Amino acid sequence: MIAELGLAALWLAAALAALQLVAGFLAARADGETELAALIRPAAVVQGALAAVAFAMLIWLFAITDLSVKLVAANSHSMKPLVFKIAGAWGNHEGSMLLWVTVMALAGALIALVERRLPERTMQATLAAQGVVSLGFYAFLLFSSNPFERLPIPAAEGQGLNPLLQDLGLAFHPPTLYLGYVGLSVAFSFAVGALITRQVTSEFARAMRPWVLGAWVFLTIGITAGSYWAYYELGWGGWWFWDPVENASLMPWLAATALLHSASVLASRDALRTWTIMLGVVAFSMSMVGTFLVRSGILTSVHAFAVDPERGSFILALLALYIGGALLLFALRASTISEGERFTVASREGALVFNNVMLSAILAIVLLGTLYPLVTEAFDVRVSVGPPYFNPVGAIFAVPMLVVMTVGPLLRWRQDRLERVRNEVALVAALMLAALVLFSLLASVSLLPLLGLALGIGVGVASILPLRGRKLTRVPLATWGMVVAHFGIAVALLGMASESAFSTERLAAVQVGEATTVGPWAITLEGVEPVAGPNWTALEGRIAARYDGGEPTVIDPQARSFWAPPQQTTESALITRWNGQLYAVVGDQATDGRWQLRLWWKPFVTLIWYGGLLVALGGVLALVGRVLSDLKRRHVVKRMAERRKEQEALS
Amino acid sequence: MSWRLWIPLLLFSGFLGLAAYQLTQPKDEFVESRMIGQPLPYFDLPAAADGLVGAKNADFADGKPRLLNIWASWCVPCIAEAPQLEALKQSGVEIVGIAIRDRPEDVTRFLGQYGNPYVAVGRDDLSEVQLAIGSSGVPETFVIDGKGVIRYQHIGDIRAGDVPTLLAKLQEAAQ
Repeated sequence: MIAELGLAALWLAAALAALQLVAGFLAARADGETELAALIRPAAVVQGALAAVAFAMLIWLFAITDLSVKLVAANSHSMKPLVFKIAGAWGNHEGSMLLWVTVMALAGALIALVERRLPERTMQATLAAQGVVSLGFYAFLLFSSNPFERLPIPAAEGQGLNPLLQDLGLAFHPPTLYLGYVGLSVAFSFAVGALITRQVTSEFARAMRPWVLGAWVFLTIGITAGSYWAYYELGWGGWWFWDPVENASLMPWLAATALLHSASVLASRDALRTWTIMLGVVAFSMSMVGTFLVRSGILTSVHAFAVDPERGSFILALLALYIGGALLLFALRASTISEGERFTVASREGALVFNNVMLSAILAIVLLGTLYPLVTEAFDVRVSVGPPYFNPVGAIFAVPMLVVMTVGPLLRWRQDRLERVRNEVALVAALMLAALVLFSLLASVSLLPLLGLALGIGVGVASILPLRGRKLTRVPLATWGMVVAHFGIAVALLGMASESAFSTERLAAVQVGEATTVGPWAITLEGVEPVAGPNWTALEGRIAARYDGGEPTVIDPQARSFWAPPQQTTESALITRWNGQLYAVVGDQATDGRWQLRLWWKPFVTLIWYGGLLVALGGVLALVGRVLSDLKRRHVVKRMAERRKEQEALS
Repeated sequence: MSWRLWIPLLLFSGFLGLAAYQLTQPKDEFVESRMIGQPLPYFDLPAAADGLVGAKNADFADGKPRLLNIWASWCVPCIAEAPQLEALKQSGVEIVGIAIRDRPEDVTRFLGQYGNPYVAVGRDDLSEVQLAIGSSGVPETFVIDGKGVIRYQHIGDIRAGDVPTLLAKLQEAAQ
């Protein structure tokens, strides 16, 4: 009954999305002069509610482990802890697509409820566009990936959840990323709506900006968390592998970062109109392309999702329809959008345009590297593109962008002279130069990490300069947001550079009782014992680690075996200090009885993720600041209107 | 109208074409264990419980193909596969079991409850043999030919539909 209820809610939601589309189309043709137009907002609201009902039903089915439902039987297990049962609802293809559509429908409902800044016609076109996009995903769910399908005979026991996913961090990682992807679908709909009605104004950018900010915050958190997860769960000691799945979330983030900055220019200065629209289309396109690459199985990845060409074809058709359609509309309409305000190169806008171009270049490089294996495979050559390509080629554009980032926030809008910020530039340049000299003398550091360390320090100092000479309590929240986010980038950069410059690794084969060292650590293997968990067994190593001759800390890295489905995972053990992390993995036993230990000492590696969180926090501050000032503005406008009415009544 | 505005659409069409081409290409989905075609590694395991026979790799070199089943009493899918192992035994197949990290009393209880299809059950307390033959979980079943060479690996529980496949692989291994 619950499953049927969920399915019915899904069909009804799809019908409402269709209504949004039809009503929006007719309203656009009749210039909004149709009664149907009044239906668009309520339809979006109810559609959101129905999608939420469907998703709630799916979670319920997983929580009670209803094994008569195919999806539950295939992805859950009665013996799993409840939190993973619930996470199992979206830890699979069908469930995650339902989550996607639910978040998208809820976002549509929210726009319909709160957005009053845009001209009503643009609003209707936006909701109609949102309807079209949702409709495709409903069709995908209902015709090719029905999450509520029953089994002819209920299963005796479920098959479990991918053990790699049985981890709290990862259980909540996909929803976070999806909130990001789907937030970008709203930006996409705004862009399409504005193209249809040709109303690309700074009001439009202000309406779109909170959505981009929100999506960007979630993407940032999702990527940061995903990176930390890969770091401690895969047991490979790295934190970024340029895997297609990782790139699938990085590409929309790069586009969203560019969009965020260009929307800022449009909102404040009414410039970069076509460029902002273009990025609005591209950002969501990257989410969809990423989803397609990951879901269709045409690229192989360590994260390996379902390999299914039929579903791949469905998503590809959706891609062709939405992205192709939006780009066609863009090509036809963009020339009719006037250019907006002009500005000189040495200005805040100039710096932001530079940042946009560099971000787009990095995006192109990542996309190229991700797709390259597909191209060569068409000629029967199998290659894998990894860090040797991405790191240096990406740096070619990241380094100049970071350099400009130190100056950009100090510049004035529209027109400025570099001489005005001469002192600041000199300070930052001197610091970076000092760091370069210092680090190259102190240790043998290769070029990229060295540049990273210097830039990290430069950007870090430069990011707080905009606060200099201002009363801190008076600084707007949005500015605080920028400062914190830029500072976060510097912190993360320092973490990355430090990790790659100063990490030490030791691969040792030791007997129980034997000792070894890594960096400043002395490590003793005290024992290896089998242990059992709720749905796995493991070999657990007991390792005593002393930092610089101090007191020993005991850690227990494990090699786990899950049996439903059968799979082995590595549970690394970490000791976190203020100045870095010790990372330990226990491996196989050799024939002579010695155990393989993999040990790393990674100075300041945690800064990578603290930096990521700071970036996200900056986004949150900016978002709160924007929303608050919008509310204030709305209040003032209302007061002014009231006062005018009073005066009219008096006279 | 500027021609530059058409560039994004053009690039995207290129991507579409490439992706569509790749989707229609056949995919090699079969993942083969590296141990296939290799002889069994050396092992000599004691019996997993009283009244059972232990297992060693030398048992497999007598010219007769057998199944090697990795299982454990704590493994839920192993319960699901018990009837299929019984059916294989009925068809005259010899099955050697290896119980992973198990206790003798649990092994006895499990075999009493779900039947004993094994000619021998060795105990592998540290998963040493399991890892040595390239098995990553329970249950897993290997087809071993008459010379002790691994011919086929079945990952996960044996479903009713897998029984004919395993019989066919045993037949192949006999030749």
